[in-house]
Amino acid sequence: MARLLDVLREQLHLTGTKEGCGEGECGACSVFINGKIVNSCLVPVAQVEGAEIKTIEGIATGNQLHAVQQAFIECGGAQCGICTPGMVLAAVDLLARNANPTDAEIRTGLAGNLCRCTGYIKIFESVVRACQR
Amino acid sequence: MRSHVPSYNLESPGNLREVLKTIAAEPGVWRPFAGGTDLMVLLEAGKLPHKNYLNIWNLTELRGIEVTDQHVTLGALTTYTEVQQEKLFQIDFPMLCQAASETGGLAIQNRGTLGGNIVNASPAADSPPALLAYDAELELVSLKGARWVPYHGFHTAYKQMIIRPDELLTRIRLPRRTEKLQHYYRKVGTRKAQAISKVCFAGTAQVREEKIQDVRIALGSIAPVPLRCVQTEDALRGSPPNQIAIDRAMSVLANEIVPIDDIRSTSNYRHQVSLNLVADFLQQLRA
Ligand SMILES: Cc1cc2nc3c(=O)[nH]c(=O)nc-3n(C[C@H](O)[C@H](O)[C@H](O)COP(=O)(O)OP(=O)(O)OC[C@H]3O[C@@H](n4cnc5c(N)ncnc54)[C@H](O)[C@@H]3O)c2cc1C
Ligand code: FES
Ligand code: FES
Repeated sequence: MARLLDVLREQLHLTGTKEGCGEGECGACSVFINGKIVNSCLVPVAQVEGAEIKTIEGIATGNQLHAVQQAFIECGGAQCGICTPGMVLAAVDLLARNANPTDAEIRTGLAGNLCRCTGYIKIFESVVRACQR
Repeated sequence: MRSHVPSYNLESPGNLREVLKTIAAEPGVWRPFAGGTDLMVLLEAGKLPHKNYLNIWNLTELRGIEVTDQHVTLGALTTYTEVQQEKLFQIDFPMLCQAASETGGLAIQNRGTLGGNIVNASPAADSPPALLAYDAELELVSLKGARWVPYHGFHTAYKQMIIRPDELLTRIRLPRRTEKLQHYYRKVGTRKAQAISKVCFAGTAQVREEKIQDVRIALGSIAPVPLRCVQTEDALRGSPPNQIAIDRAMSVLANEIVPIDDIRSTSNYRHQVSLNLVADFLQQLRA
């Protein structure tokens, strides 16, 4: 068995996806599998044969940042950066499902992602900013 | 500490029949691997002694939701996200939707399955109280055939179940009720998302001709198994929904549950919260 997270980071050298806890609690390892956000630390690679995987490396279009990434920069939504790829993916996922989320919906959308630096307020503000784009 | 991941074996037989053949040929050697949201946590913690798994995530036979006038039948691989997307569930089985929406975060809801929640057999799991209160039935399938069993009675002791090593849980069936029931579900945990319950309560009933009818109550985290509280139901059935009924329910429930102290909470706290929840459930029925 191999974890999708390890294959991404160590074999494919896509190190944007981070490992925080390794047990599904923190969301640092978030990726999209066939458009659904999951924790790649919990996914054996054998289960994604034939699936489309999108990591943080696939969120910008060339040099054009995604609105969520741009908003994180403008609002100071990242400090050490370990949670950031997961936070960005959670926000991209939320906005894809719901272009006008309420504050409560934003909190629910980010509930599976932990941050040890920011205190969350600036992350929350980043997502609000991204929604206004 | 994390186990050595490559020493675990995950095979993908590809269809239900092949999975059943493999688990029948070597009983106990192979175990099913669904969304992995329980199994991978144990692996990470170095607490997964069993090494050989069969990937069932890709079995289409275990997916899908079927609705008839009498029943709703869900594949064992139905995820929490899929439960919440099914419009009919919001009406007929709102407690199951609520349990699904309060399980983990979105990434867990996209991978965690109802079948995994049942067979993982944690007394603290959040869907079992709702499934018990909705009189769920389970389909267990082996090469010898299929059998339907009531979910009530499926868990026999802590992490013990009536499923055999050569069987797979394939479907979950819920009877649709025509009565106008009220539904009351409460998960009490440390935070709203990602937290394992300290106590979880599911109750349905209706008040007809000033009497409590069709009452079903089940709790999680207060016994070695998810518990359908039949004694409390018996004590309530047919009584007017007044303070006397509430007091009686609290005293019967107090003897029916056996909560323990553990890292998440204390026996005392769980005891008191369970009684408060049954009282609140009955207050809401009155309202
Ligand atoms: C961060 C996090 C938060 C969580 N929060 C909650 C929560 O709030 N509430 C809650 O109840 N749970 C929670 N869980 C636990 C877990 O997500 C659920 O129990 C989930 O439903 C398990 O399903 P799975 O498909 O991932 O199971 P797996 O891990 O694949 O399997 C679990 C067990 O069930 C067996 N199994 C699975 N499917 C079948 C089948 N069809 N037939 C026979 N055996 C089978 C497996 O062999 C294994 O023993 C959480 C987990 C994590 C990591
Ligand atoms: S590393 Fe996967 S959720 Fe924390
Ligand atoms: S910025 Fe450091 S963990 Fe979030």
